[in-house]
Amino acid sequence: MSVETDSQRGAEPANGAALLSVDHVKVFFPVKSGVLVDRTIAQVHAVDDVSFDLRDGETLGIVGESGCGKTTLIRALARLVDATAGAISFRGTDITKADRRALEPVRKQVQMVFQDPQASLNPRKRVVQILATPLRLRGTPRNQIESESRRLLQRVGLSPEHLNRFPHEFSGGQRQRIGIARALAVNPTLILLDEPVSALDVSIQAQVINLLDDLQEELGLAYVFVAHDLSVVRHVSDRIAVMYLGKIMEVAPGETLYEKPIHPYTSALLGAIPIPDPEENRARERPIVSGEPPNPIRPPSGCRFHTRCPRATDICKRVEPQVTAYADGHLAACHHPQNVTGVEIRGAARSDDSPLSSGSEPPGAEESGAWAVASSSGVDPPSAE
Amino acid sequence: MAEQPLLQVEDLRVSFNTEEGLVQAVDRASFSVRRGEVLAIVGESGSGKSVSVMTLIGLTRGPNARFEGRAIFEGRDLVSASEGELRKVRGAGIAMVFQDPMSSLDPVYRIGDQIVEQIRAHESGVSKAQALDRAVELMERVGIPRARERIRSYPHEFSGGMRQRVMIAMALSNAPKLLIADEPTTALDVTIQAQILDELRQLRDQTGAGIILVTHDLGVVADIADRIVVMYAGRVVEQGTLDEIFYDPQHPYTWGLLGSITRIDRDRSERLPAIPGLPPSLLAPPQGCHFRPRCPHAFERCTQVPELISRLADAPDHLDRCWLSVEEKRTLRQVGDQIGLATGETVIS
Repeated sequence: MSVETDSQRGAEPANGAALLSVDHVKVFFPVKSGVLVDRTIAQVHAVDDVSFDLRDGETLGIVGESGCGKTTLIRALARLVDATAGAISFRGTDITKADRRALEPVRKQVQMVFQDPQASLNPRKRVVQILATPLRLRGTPRNQIESESRRLLQRVGLSPEHLNRFPHEFSGGQRQRIGIARALAVNPTLILLDEPVSALDVSIQAQVINLLDDLQEELGLAYVFVAHDLSVVRHVSDRIAVMYLGKIMEVAPGETLYEKPIHPYTSALLGAIPIPDPEENRARERPIVSGEPPNPIRPPSGCRFHTRCPRATDICKRVEPQVTAYADGHLAACHHPQNVTGVEIRGAARSDDSPLSSGSEPPGAEESGAWAVASSSGVDPPSAE
Repeated sequence: MAEQPLLQVEDLRVSFNTEEGLVQAVDRASFSVRRGEVLAIVGESGSGKSVSVMTLIGLTRGPNARFEGRAIFEGRDLVSASEGELRKVRGAGIAMVFQDPMSSLDPVYRIGDQIVEQIRAHESGVSKAQALDRAVELMERVGIPRARERIRSYPHEFSGGMRQRVMIAMALSNAPKLLIADEPTTALDVTIQAQILDELRQLRDQTGAGIILVTHDLGVVADIADRIVVMYAGRVVEQGTLDEIFYDPQHPYTWGLLGSITRIDRDRSERLPAIPGLPPSLLAPPQGCHFRPRCPHAFERCTQVPELISRLADAPDHLDRCWLSVEEKRTLRQVGDQIGLATGETVIS
């Protein structure tokens, strides 16, 4: 893959302050036991030392299988769950520990859209009431609330006459549009989308995706888009982060990720997704990964994917891989990277996004037989396929 | 075409009497399945795909349901068959795997006991020990590791993918000739989905069973199906081979469906040629073609229902329900370099 084709926004280097900055964030949930006194006997490592930056107007997709921590992560960004460790900053301000009052201005900038529009809209309120709350928060005068609500409905492709209806009078796709209208009501700069189209039929999915695209273009919104469906994520995202068992395994622009995945888990995930095109599907080589993700209460040592990884060796069990920054903002945490040449590996460097507990061994270190000299010896990783 | 199909459904109609009125859930659906073939029934919620297949094994029967048409399986009509006859068919002839494996397994019985019960219910003279051995064998066959130990587990001790394997093992326990799988992988992660689809493929290849796969996922369809039936608002709107439906689709709804899907091998394109509007209510469906209100290519004739027939000279088994001429279709379905429903922006109301 060449640099020239990556004309996506995501491939450009970051400059200026990030809109959202996530540094070594951990979210652990205690597992309690006991009759009279609750004792914490273990912890679920839902999100375990995750770092990334998001720029204005950018869409970062986060994908992974159930239990990988993607939803917990996005909920932590919205401060719906508290981070156990690490820092989340919005426009340079640390919001990790901010109290309700300090969060208020941030909540006007950061909104969330949930997976199940049925469950996220109050069934006893009319649409106009649902939209009025955030509009008041924004400081809309009382006499303009109705006209603003109409405008919002129109903006998301609903008819303004629907203002006085209840959520149950709408279809799933329409309800999701109401959820989006509610998020837009405060004029946010960032919308966190948690599986926004997963509950919808394909044709309705496409409508909502188009709507999100239009809104982003017109309003310059930034999105964090969490979904299990990599095809949907590729369609909407500038960059995609792949998560597995609480860790980010790889980050890259969509095309780069698809054309030259560096992490074996990314390849496994991509290979598992059938392409809705019979000929392409038959032509593709698709290794089937066996097994299932391990228990996040006792995650595997070293690289979390080593129990299922076809390339795993001894070092993968012992040392947690650092996040390595390759060319074009392509990040991957793997000791045995694929689809990269020895030259590319030598040109790569440890990223600041590396988990604090990760080792400092550069990728391909084991193959060369010496950890430190990998950068000087011509290390060629095992070739892909 | 010489071979008799395993299952032949003709003009199947299913309607339910509800408080709000009569719902025509399935309207003259016809399709067939052959041995060793995977037939995919594709459609969105409310298209009648699940009702059609559940009717085949009598699961939609009730005081408010009415049925017409025929579904011939091994010389027997399943629509008019008695409960007793259907029970026999369910044991050895047709087995079904549902979408949600948690709600189809009994949470208070051990996995093994549930498989054993299934085996012994339809086969007399099998001892419990023999059935247990068979259960272990079946679980191993569908890729459940340490089957001998895990046979004593309860459903909640299994992951979603493992539970779905148990469901498939149970479906296989009586060597069915036809397996109906209703959204078998929808609740599963993609890597597990790939494993389950592989099991289904092996099953077809090893036993020569026919499979009906009900799904909304065109990726899964492209991966495993031999032939496709596309349903919309209770009717079959198109059917043909995998390649016919993907590369020469005749019905505008099929174009819309193909245009609506995002693909991992394609980058962010301009926009998806989505289908405008919503599916109709089955309580008061539109007159004529059910897709007419959403179809940008509709004309006067569409107020009459087109027959499900072949309109292509060289493909007698590629059927569709659309009045447009074949030449018109081939130009109209082209949106840029892909197939889709060409529409301007429409306000959804």
